[in-house]
Amino acid sequence: MRIDLNGASHETAAPTLADLIVETGIEASAVATALNGQFVPCAARASTPLTPGAKVELLAPMQGG
Amino acid sequence: MFYGIDLNTRLMLGTAQYPSPEVLRAAISASDAEVITVSLRREGPGGSGFRDILQDSGCRILPNTAGCHTVREAVTTAHMARELFGTPWIKLEVIGHADTLQPDPFALVEAARILCADGFDVFPYTTEDLIVGEKLIEAGCRVLMPWGAPIGSGQGLRNIGGLRAMRAHFPQVPLVIDAGIGAPSQAMQAMEMGFDAVLLNTAVAKAIDPVAMARAFAQAVAAGRLAREAGLMPTRDMAHASTPVFGMAELLA
Repeated sequence: MRIDLNGASHETAAPTLADLIVETGIEASAVATALNGQFVPCAARASTPLTPGAKVELLAPMQGG
Repeated sequence: MFYGIDLNTRLMLGTAQYPSPEVLRAAISASDAEVITVSLRREGPGGSGFRDILQDSGCRILPNTAGCHTVREAVTTAHMARELFGTPWIKLEVIGHADTLQPDPFALVEAARILCADGFDVFPYTTEDLIVGEKLIEAGCRVLMPWGAPIGSGQGLRNIGGLRAMRAHFPQVPLVIDAGIGAPSQAMQAMEMGFDAVLLNTAVAKAIDPVAMARAFAQAVAAGRLAREAGLMPTRDMAHASTPVFGMAELLA
């Protein structure tokens, strides 16, 4: 299915948010996640299903003032 | 005390806009800062290097909600930051206007109320407005961060009288001048006026030599705090000779 990952179109077979993070190869503890604009805590990722068109945000520490 | 944490050095440093990761690392070290600010952005290449810098710095992390314009955006960002950085500290910015980057005081108070109730230690980026400050305290904030001038403008303390009034109005609340500081003299002035800390970024990051400027700010903040504790002399309208007149010789005039 096609989802929106960090603002870009992304094809995935991952059934859940946790599976998507494994698929991207990103360390699970290195990002915070949001689905369709709402925060998804780390512990809830495995029970959060992805559906076509889902908007996923994977956010990491970045420089800031 | 900042939410129960006592800081020996009162310069808080932002981590953005440095010419290189190496310069950032050296500038943090030179600043003696114990608190550094960070943001949350989409995962991209180079992220692990930045995480290493944060970890190696030994500094307490103050994540921000920079760029958020609504209560919901800011609250969601705060939750993501708390999980990612493992800290209840959040520098709450709810921006009211893209050009001035002025805080939206109404949304700020609402977001602060939600986050304080949820156990966050909120550092609200606000103005020198006393009523907004009171509402933030009512909402549960135990630190206030009034701006000196618009973010990144380097204008220093643009409303000295208003900031003095704020210091006097909230004698027990830690107050941090956040944003607008362009020169060490301005940071020192804030400390001399009795502010508890200064938070800045651009003035160091955009200096020709950011590491030397970080050191200059560290010294200015330390000197300003020492001067405040030492007690500044009152100003006078007229001159007052410092050398005694007694014992002066009679010489041809």
